[in-house]
Amino acid sequence: MSTLAHVFEAAGLSTIVLASMREVAEKMQPPRALFCDFPLGRPLGRPSDAAFQRGVLEQAFGLLTASAPVLGRHPETIESEEMPIACAIPPRENPSLPPAVDEAKALRNAYDRALQRRGVTSVGRAIDADQVPDALGVFDSWAAGASWKEVPLPGKNTVAVSHDIRAYYSEAALELATGPEPGGRAVEAWFHTETEAGKTVMAARAALQAQEAPFPFWFYMAPAHR
Amino acid sequence: MRNYGATQAVPEFEGPAFTPLTKPLSEARVAIVTSAALHRPDQERYTQTDTRFRAFDRDDRDLIMGHWSPNFDHTGFQLDLNVVYPIDRLRELAADGVIGDAAPRHFAFAGNQPETVSELRLDTGPACALELVADAVDVVLLTPV
Repeated sequence: MSTLAHVFEAAGLSTIVLASMREVAEKMQPPRALFCDFPLGRPLGRPSDAAFQRGVLEQAFGLLTASAPVLGRHPETIESEEMPIACAIPPRENPSLPPAVDEAKALRNAYDRALQRRGVTSVGRAIDADQVPDALGVFDSWAAGASWKEVPLPGKNTVAVSHDIRAYYSEAALELATGPEPGGRAVEAWFHTETEAGKTVMAARAALQAQEAPFPFWFYMAPAHR
Repeated sequence: MRNYGATQAVPEFEGPAFTPLTKPLSEARVAIVTSAALHRPDQERYTQTDTRFRAFDRDDRDLIMGHWSPNFDHTGFQLDLNVVYPIDRLRELAADGVIGDAAPRHFAFAGNQPETVSELRLDTGPACALELVADAVDVVLLTPV
């Protein structure tokens, strides 16, 4: 972002960066930056809070009066929410399937409702929603010892498929969750600690590592801190 | 992730350009450029090493976050795209006369760029700047994820 700020200023545009990493902004010195200590992925701080978002923008635009490079700071800190959301998963239908496969099928109605409501989905980078259970089935087989070279994955790209599984689950979860709107990482925490799919992705990731698959194939299947 | 980011080498710019805003904010046209890899469903998806940008209309709301990193929250955007791309807030600030108007087009790049960011500095960044200038944009708000 700071790189683009320099490029745009050189082209005669006035820029303001909402900086999420203070040290990077200090080193790169974009002409105007407002450091916002908010969860990564939420540069305006709070979803569905128009007044808060407007306040961030007004502070950012306030930097335009400075006559020299300026690094401001938003006064509030918003912590990431590490507690999983409260989300009851619909009951399984077919106990003969691997748990993650059955679980993904049971979430389909909630996923479809989310898609209908939002009109768009993030699922589809490598596989569509129909293929999510199949992909989890392959991950499950890798975790059980099958070779990733011999049992092909629908969508092929492990990182993109993992993204699609995560997106499918989080879109469904936001339909099913009760309680306040989830903070940053609350859905991620739910996926990794409370779903069979989360466990299966991590098990497949460990299996790829053990089978000496190339590092980028498995490392980026989950957040680095997991 | 923040701790990791703080240790990364970054490009340094000597004697950077500084363009003051020469008109009142209430007359300025504002565009958003985000590194969240946003795209419309009908636009080409971002690759893992994509240095290009996508443009969309200020009325587009059916946007997808195509960023490849699993290391930041994606659910805020699912709940309310304004937490990443505050287009509705810009429209409100324009309606209230705080800014002149929201530009007709807004732009997205993918935040995960090659370390040297050479393409961004020398090719796709300047190309995006030309588009912004063509739209008579005065102020660019850059939002990361």
